[in-house]
Amino acid sequence: MNMFQAINNAMDLALEQDKSALLFGEDVGFGGVFRCSVNLRDKYGKDRVFNTPLCEQGIAGFAIGVANMGATAIAEIQFADYIFPSFDQIVNEAAKYRYRSGGLFDCGSLTFRVPSGAVGHGALYHSQSPEAYFAHTSGLRVVIPRGPIKAKGLLLACIRDANPCIVFEPKTLYRAAVEEVPTESYVDELGKADILREGKDITLIGWGTQVHVLLEVAELAKKEMDIECEVIDLVSILPWDTQTICNSVNKTGRVLIAHEAPYTQGFGSEIAAYIQEKCFLRLEAPVKRVTGWDTPFPHVFEPFYLPDKHRCLAALKDTVNY
Amino acid sequence: MSFLRKSVKLLNAASAARQNVKMLCAGSAQCNYSSSGQAAEISPFPGARDAPFINNLKLMMPEDYAPIPIYRVLDRDGYLLSEQEDPQLSQEVVEKMFRDMVQLATMDKILYESQRQGRISFYMTNSGEEASHIGSAAALEMRDLIYGQYREAGVLVWRGFRIDQFVDQCYGNDDDMGRGKQMPVHYGSKELNFVTISSPLSTQIPQAVGAAYALKMKPNNDACVVCYFGEGAASEGDAHAAFNFAATLECPVILFCRNNGFAISTPSNEQYRGDGIAGRGPMGYGIATIRVDGTDVFAVYNAIKKAREYVLRENKPIVFETMAYRVGHHSTSDDSTAYRSAEEIEVWNTVEHPISKLKSYMVHKGWFNEQQEKEFVSGVRKQVLKQISISEKKLKPNWREMFEGVYDQMPEHLQQQQRELEQHIESHKQFYPLKSFKQ
Repeated sequence: MNMFQAINNAMDLALEQDKSALLFGEDVGFGGVFRCSVNLRDKYGKDRVFNTPLCEQGIAGFAIGVANMGATAIAEIQFADYIFPSFDQIVNEAAKYRYRSGGLFDCGSLTFRVPSGAVGHGALYHSQSPEAYFAHTSGLRVVIPRGPIKAKGLLLACIRDANPCIVFEPKTLYRAAVEEVPTESYVDELGKADILREGKDITLIGWGTQVHVLLEVAELAKKEMDIECEVIDLVSILPWDTQTICNSVNKTGRVLIAHEAPYTQGFGSEIAAYIQEKCFLRLEAPVKRVTGWDTPFPHVFEPFYLPDKHRCLAALKDTVNY
Repeated sequence: MSFLRKSVKLLNAASAARQNVKMLCAGSAQCNYSSSGQAAEISPFPGARDAPFINNLKLMMPEDYAPIPIYRVLDRDGYLLSEQEDPQLSQEVVEKMFRDMVQLATMDKILYESQRQGRISFYMTNSGEEASHIGSAAALEMRDLIYGQYREAGVLVWRGFRIDQFVDQCYGNDDDMGRGKQMPVHYGSKELNFVTISSPLSTQIPQAVGAAYALKMKPNNDACVVCYFGEGAASEGDAHAAFNFAATLECPVILFCRNNGFAISTPSNEQYRGDGIAGRGPMGYGIATIRVDGTDVFAVYNAIKKAREYVLRENKPIVFETMAYRVGHHSTSDDSTAYRSAEEIEVWNTVEHPISKLKSYMVHKGWFNEQQEKEFVSGVRKQVLKQISISEKKLKPNWREMFEGVYDQMPEHLQQQQRELEQHIESHKQFYPLKSFKQ
């Protein structure tokens, strides 16, 4: 399956297993602009899989209300770039529901699915990676899959999790990534990072599409310089797996964090600050961050904007030679 | 070419089929479409399917539409205007309505003063709007779910929220069900089906719509959702979202606007230029609409009965607007005489006040007993004052609870932060008000 098929399969299972589950958003009825909900309306009916009016704050508020009643809400925001109108509902409402009511009410059974990240030609409003905005909001879970197997396991875990979750799906992987995805139901552990490649010289941390860039960089580093990279997919942005990261950095003493989102206040800065606090004595070089620039995401300049393998490899060399 | 011909033919057939659509001539403007006397051709446009074409250019003006009328049952002297509209409530029910309104007003007065004395941090009164709370709550079933803004404490009074629960919430002590996390008057009760209040305005409206959709999906559902908000809050984008979602997704929700003329200092003519909030319902969103005298508890009661029956029968929303006047200040942080006259307030505090109207009605019925009212008011006063002295002596919850309820289970990083604070407090005890908190 490719990633949109794995997501479709996950939602199919969720709708089948949980009769209260509803799937909605802009254009999800006919299958979604990325085909993630294809055939689900036919299978589960238009009362359970439906289009909403074009209004993100409405989608988010509606989803919270559905979840207040204990029903499962799977809400789609068509592009992460358009999640900002629902920022108030997500940050002030969804994230704080349980806390502010002393546990009388919650909206834990809601999950937002949000296509995000660079896609080659998406320019300012079809390319953004807004995970850091949400990482500053206690009460949310934020996760990002790197491929079909992970996308299905994370989505099913989020749908079942008792907290409001946001799954940012790297849209460039919808069709590009193909894996053998088990057809039965399974869940991934939330808040857990994955070590994709073991190494002793430097820790490379990324998530989503960037993981694939880092895996390539690790291969190049091995070939060109005989450097053993440990590559970690962070997977969960909030709460994030501090333990796996610190264990790795304590072993390698060097670390490079890469993400598509801009540098300043990107989630890389949180990881970097945490590492310097917890692994200070083991660090042999400054924590390096290779990210998008502090500009809006450009159209024709995308190849110069992204933290591609060449920028990552160059930064890796600097860090190793520090 | 052949494609074009076929399309034209199809379109003609489609519009011919709609020629039979009955034209509504309720307003004045709608009847002027067809000056030639022939049946107007009906539009094939998917975005306005039933609209007729015209060939004389006309601006549709707000003044072409008559304002939506305000339904009332009692006149200002407490007499029934029409026997047919008499809700025929028993003496017992009317007395409960009256007592609950008086209790709310009495509780408000004392808690307002207690904020003035610095005993609680904040308060918001309900003065002038008691009838819309009590009248609506009385017409609903306990299983109906309530989402509110913050000025709906009367709904809780009707449902049985106790004085100690109100006061404990305002103090944020260990008996506050909200665990001391929110400001005063942000009440909530799972038991009474009253969703916890939050400060951001209007966020509850699309949530209420989602909850109503989830209810609709339950087999044999016989509960609706009522969502209260002010006319100021209706200017937020979330109100638009909610109205439109409620209509298109066909949700059994009563969208209850308390139009009291002011949003803090902003008068309603700086809030909107249409016919209030009710005016947005039928033409704007395609939602059935009722506008009611919010100082008339029977009008609100009758209207909510009808609204409830409608939303459950049709699985569709209703826009419900009660007209009233915010007699009190916006909150304890506001002095409303800075933007309106004391004389104006006085009119609404006496002749047009919901409690005086119901009292007059009861006097005519021979149901009002001066002595009993005095005793009741003084009883509530005593109870609230006593509760204040009890509630302020109660300990606040254990400070460790600050970290609880962020997630369903406390994640590792919050456990870590809680331990960090524990260690800090251990060595800096003297700087923190530990005595006021449970250990």
